[in-house]
Amino acid sequence: MDGKEMHPILQVEGLGKSFGKVEVLRDISFTLNKGRVLSVIGSSGSGKTTLLRCITSLEKANKGKIIIGGETVFDAENPVKDSARERRRKQLKTGLVFQSFNLFPQYTALQNVTLAARLAAKESEAYKKDRKAAIEEIRARGLQILSDVGLSDKADFYPWQLSGGQQQRVSIARALCMKPEILFFDEPTSALDPELTGEILRVIKQLASTHMTMVIVTHEMTFAKDVSDEIIFMNKGVIEEQGDPQIVFENPKSARLREFLNKFTD
Amino acid sequence: MGFYEVTLQLLEGFKTTCILFALTLAAALPLGLLFSMGSMSKFKPLKWLMKTFVWIIRGTPLMLQVIIVFYGPGLVHVGDLTLREFLVLHGGMAFDRFQSVLFAFIINYAVYFSEIYRGGIESIPVGQYEAGQVLGMTRSQTFFRVVLLQVIKRILPPMSNEILTLVKDTSLARVITVLELVKAAEQMTAQYGLIWPLFYIGAFYLVFCGLLTILFNLLEKKLSYFRG
Ligand SMILES: Nc1ncnc2c1ncn2[C@@H]1O[C@H](COP(=O)(O)OP(=O)(O)OP(=O)(O)O)[C@@H](O)[C@H]1O
Ligand SMILES: [Mg+2]
Repeated sequence: MDGKEMHPILQVEGLGKSFGKVEVLRDISFTLNKGRVLSVIGSSGSGKTTLLRCITSLEKANKGKIIIGGETVFDAENPVKDSARERRRKQLKTGLVFQSFNLFPQYTALQNVTLAARLAAKESEAYKKDRKAAIEEIRARGLQILSDVGLSDKADFYPWQLSGGQQQRVSIARALCMKPEILFFDEPTSALDPELTGEILRVIKQLASTHMTMVIVTHEMTFAKDVSDEIIFMNKGVIEEQGDPQIVFENPKSARLREFLNKFTD
Repeated sequence: MGFYEVTLQLLEGFKTTCILFALTLAAALPLGLLFSMGSMSKFKPLKWLMKTFVWIIRGTPLMLQVIIVFYGPGLVHVGDLTLREFLVLHGGMAFDRFQSVLFAFIINYAVYFSEIYRGGIESIPVGQYEAGQVLGMTRSQTFFRVVLLQVIKRILPPMSNEILTLVKDTSLARVITVLELVKAAEQMTAQYGLIWPLFYIGAFYLVFCGLLTILFNLLEKKLSYFRG
């Protein structure tokens, strides 16, 4: 084990979530270390999206605890009423890339990437001192991130002028611009034509090489095996199996996982 | 009555038409937003109250509403006074003819606008709000910076329609003998047996609506740079 792996950045403990009477997540516990990539696989309806939504505060879990970077951001036993500022600070520990991009249609690629950062900056000291410089710095950062995802020539394009793959790359850039500690992806390629998935997977791989901590829900098994340090297989709201990709994919213990994987090798 | 005199007299009526149009619009646009917030409220009693109100206003003729607002207070009794007398005594206010029409119009159009606003706001995908949230934006930032312009773009066509209808609905004011454009022309028919002023005022409405249509088209064009 190298030093990096000693630092858990995400700890999920006994997480549970019900919608009405339906229990969608049950006793979910796992730990993710800094700089690692975790892929979450599992059949439709197994609770993958709900898990991401609970960790990124889009949904409120009913049970358990979520700890990010050593700080408890959610504890069902000890609910806290955060101020708006506190909520924003906790929210920004995570970033989320949606299956359907959810870009803001009236803004250009660059504006999409920088909007939230510009709004957040308004409360900062640097902004109050020198507004122009603060905005220019955010703009430069946005352009840099866009060029990192291979879109430096599309900065002034509106979402409708971009292909699905390009739109998804803008949405990744938008999430990155807020400097999240962990970046979550919910089936980032599912809404794309097959020939466009490659460009997204390349961007994610490139992020992995910069040691960005990521959690990816995906149905791309080859990719998951290739990019991940760890795999979680979910079934009916529980973690059925987890571990090293080599082991999970080559030597699955659970019959359900074997059955699930078989569907992809047909 | 020559063309010049007729025109002068019609312009008097047209002035009332324009004022009724402008004041209704100025008040109903923001009031509609308030109403729409009521009918989207999570507080159920307010929501149902608002829904019932919308049902009543949209389910009865505007002309009837104008008549009720004008004659109603004189017919309903509070103790041994009529409501109108009561209002004059205690609040010093009772609507005259024009104010009655204006009141009924503002309420009626605010209700129609509120339903258009509600439809527009509810048509924006939740993903837009969720994207705002995960990026650390506040609810109001998300609404004003992300959602609002998309709503405006979506409601522009139905709003244009409704506003053009308002131009022509102003002629309903004549049921309680407010001297607007149609009433002015009718008087000339009654007094001098002239028919052509009726056609002449048609041109007033056409030009008015034509100018508004040009304005709406410009706005639509301005917002055509994005889709969604
Ligand atoms: N808001 C909700 N209200 C009620 N039930 C919900 C809600 N969201 C999800 N569910 C239910 O929770 C279960 C898990 O859904 P979830 O979307 O997390 O699955 P998933 O693993 O992401 O599936 P997929 O691979 O199809 O995206 C499903 O049975 C779904 O119907
Ligand atoms: Mg899902």
